[in-house]
Amino acid sequence: MTLRLEPRFAAKARSGLFWFVVVLILLFMTIPAVVVIATSFSPSELVTFPPAGLSLKWYVRAVTYPDFQNAFINGLIVTSFASTLALITGSAVACLIERYAFPGRTVLEAVLSSPLIVPHFTTGLGFLMLGVALGINQGYAIVIVTHVLLVLPFVTRSVYVSLRNLDPHLERAAANLGASPGRVLTRITVPLLLPGMAGGWLVAAVLSLTEFTASLYVTDAGTQTLPVAMYTYIREYSDPTIAAISAILILATTLVMFIADQIFGLGRILSIDAH
Amino acid sequence: MSAAGTGAPRRRPFFLPFLLVSLIAAGLFLAALGDVLHYSVRLFIPGSIEVGGFTLANFARLLRPIYRTVLLATLIISFLTAIFTLLLGYPVAYALVRVRRGWVRSLLIVLAITPLFTGEIVRTYAWILVLGTNGFINSILKALGIIGAPLSMLYTSFGVILALVQFSMPVMIMLLATAISHVDRSCERAAANLGASPLMVFWRVTLPLTTPGIVSGAVVIFAWTMSAFSTPQLIGGGKVLMLSNLVYLEGLTNLDFPLAAALSLLALVVAIGSLGLMRPAIARLERKATLY
Repeated sequence: MTLRLEPRFAAKARSGLFWFVVVLILLFMTIPAVVVIATSFSPSELVTFPPAGLSLKWYVRAVTYPDFQNAFINGLIVTSFASTLALITGSAVACLIERYAFPGRTVLEAVLSSPLIVPHFTTGLGFLMLGVALGINQGYAIVIVTHVLLVLPFVTRSVYVSLRNLDPHLERAAANLGASPGRVLTRITVPLLLPGMAGGWLVAAVLSLTEFTASLYVTDAGTQTLPVAMYTYIREYSDPTIAAISAILILATTLVMFIADQIFGLGRILSIDAH
Repeated sequence: MSAAGTGAPRRRPFFLPFLLVSLIAAGLFLAALGDVLHYSVRLFIPGSIEVGGFTLANFARLLRPIYRTVLLATLIISFLTAIFTLLLGYPVAYALVRVRRGWVRSLLIVLAITPLFTGEIVRTYAWILVLGTNGFINSILKALGIIGAPLSMLYTSFGVILALVQFSMPVMIMLLATAISHVDRSCERAAANLGASPLMVFWRVTLPLTTPGIVSGAVVIFAWTMSAFSTPQLIGGGKVLMLSNLVYLEGLTNLDFPLAAALSLLALVVAIGSLGLMRPAIARLERKATLY
């Protein structure tokens, strides 16, 4: 197609066309977020585009609506327990898989990574039934357990990658110098794994805060998390209050992700960096 | 693994506590799945969440035309979503891996990956605003004079697939970027030195070397879309039904736990089945790729 063009020019045109396509695709990915933010400042109850003015009233309604306040606090309770428990469990699983050979290791690994494959509604339905069977279907416990299992594969992966990159000589040196196994763990292994653990915890916390489908099954009116409360609101009202909350969440996650990228290197956590 | 190569005997502290914690987690997940399996073979008693004796009637109910239609729709929507996500994801993944400027790379990572973390409700709601009768697309098309009456995109398969594609992009981009970052650049350079044009290098070297990533990306998104719930629920608005919506309807609205459990198992089998079929295909592709 570029036969008669000078090669230099053809290369420029090709690369220009390529980046044009990439920018278009990125626009497709980001326009919904932009539309949400624009709508959140709309003065009217009817959602129209473009908004007919500027107003902050939906932000006021979003932060003063009691259901959202309760749901936000529920979410914080569930997330702080779930991501911390997932961090402890995930670190144990990662060590077990990387360091120890024992019968059934691959089975254990498969079972604990399967929440990635099993549809969230199946997981949610299962934990709802389990909660009923154990008599804990009302309350935070079953919500926390569900979230721990759902975010566990992400924490395990993050810690596992750090563990693979850890120089075993450091631990052996400490042990040879007389450090007890507990001391090696707390003074050498955990500090060296800290970036992977922190990155995994962060991803777990964000995923738990925003998890919706399984939460819809295992929460009730008293324990519903923010996404569930938002879903209920969307079904009942059509004003831009949800746009206001969404705008806050979009800006918050973008900020957190940007900072995380600076500190941990998201490319490394998500393992897309070139080797 | 790592213990084998080092020669020195490795001590194994903390094996039991680590194992105990892992087994508790695995046990809880298996118990939840076991409950789904258990309920799927129990008799539904209308008006009660108590279940009756053992039966296979729930699976027989799955054979009704309505469930077959919904299963087929779920498969078609998931397939189309996987294909379109692949086509749109590849250029972004390629740019992400090959761009040299650090800040462009960071920007691409944040733009491409952040949507994954804003949660499905926020993203689904955003698409309601984009696709609605007075929404973003209709307002723009009207302002440009392209359409007189608003297009109806909400409550259509088109709208559901569009939202699902945007939803699946971050995961697809991550999987493809991993594959592209593993391509040995010297193969590309060799082809270029032998006179292949850049397009030819991409078409005959880079693309074939990334086929394992392409297949796994497409299959993962297919299985992932099988389990999408909020998008068909809110954008489909009851007019576009996927398995997930039926599970919700039967389980939480009609309280027919046995049928909901049978439907969930069906979705689980399709998801695991497609991923299981992928493994040998990828192994074959990887063997082929090393021959190049």
